[in-house]
Amino acid sequence: MAAARPGPPVEPIDPDVGPEDVRGTAREHGPVLCAVSAGGGLGAAARYGAGLLWPAAGGGFPWTTFAVNVTGCALIGVLMAVLTGLPSPHRLLRPFLATGVLGGFTTFSTYAVDVRQLLTDDRAATALAYLAATPLAALAAVWAAAAATRRVLRREVAS
Amino acid sequence: MTWLLVIAGAMVGAPLRYLTDRAVQSRHASAFPWGTFTVNVTGCLALGLLTGATADVHLALGTGLCGALTTYSTFSYETLRLAEEGRRAYAVANVAASVVCGVGAAFAGAALVG
Repeated sequence: MAAARPGPPVEPIDPDVGPEDVRGTAREHGPVLCAVSAGGGLGAAARYGAGLLWPAAGGGFPWTTFAVNVTGCALIGVLMAVLTGLPSPHRLLRPFLATGVLGGFTTFSTYAVDVRQLLTDDRAATALAYLAATPLAALAAVWAAAAATRRVLRREVAS
Repeated sequence: MTWLLVIAGAMVGAPLRYLTDRAVQSRHASAFPWGTFTVNVTGCLALGLLTGATADVHLALGTGLCGALTTYSTFSYETLRLAEEGRRAYAVANVAASVVCGVGAAFAGAALVG
C-alpha cells in the first residue's frame, strides 16, 4: 500500500490571525503590528484616493465603495492562494498585504452606513440592491480569484 | 492634510482589528470567525456614531480608523474558506449575521447621536 502523499498546503480560514499570531509575546508581535499598521495606512489611502477620483453621486448606488470592496475581495483570493503556495514566505508578508493593505482598502463600516443612509433617504430599492449586491459580488470575486489562482499554481507545479 | 488624517486613522484602525481579532480568536474554539465579526459590527456602530461629525473628524476616525478597523476582504475570504471546508451553515450564518448586525449597528450608532 502506497504511503499517503502529502496534499497541497491548506489555506487558513482566518487570513489575519493564524496560530502563530496567537502564540508569542507582545515584543515578538511588534514587527507584525508595524506591518499591519503600515499596510492599513496604504490600503486606506488607496480607498480614499478612489473616492476622490470617482466621487459617488449623492443618493445613488455607492459604486466606488462597491468596486473597492469587490476588488479587494478578488485580490485576497489571489494573495492567499499565492502565499499558501510559497515554500517559505516572509513572515511579515501576510500581515502587511492581507491584514494591512487589503484590510485597510476594503471596508464593512462604510458599506453598512451607506445602506442606512439610502434607507433613511427613502431610497429603499437602491439600498436593498446595494445591501445584496455587495456580498454576492464580493463572494463571487474571492471564489473566482482563488479558484483561478490555485489552478494556475497547480499547473506550474505539475509542469 | 486630508490624506494624513485618513492614513493616521487607518494606521491605528488596522492594528486594532488585528489585536481584537487575535484576542477574540484565542478565546473560543469554534470555526465561526467571531474575531472579524466583532470588529466589523463594532466599526459599523462607531461609524454610525460619527454621523454629523465635522469633516476632519470624519476623515480621521471614519474613513481612516473605522474603514481600516472593518474589512470586507477578510470577511469574504473567511466565508469562502468555511464553505470550502464543508461548514456551509457557518458560511451562510456569517454573511447573514454580519450584514444584519452591521447595518443594525450603523442604525444604532446614528440613533444614539441623533
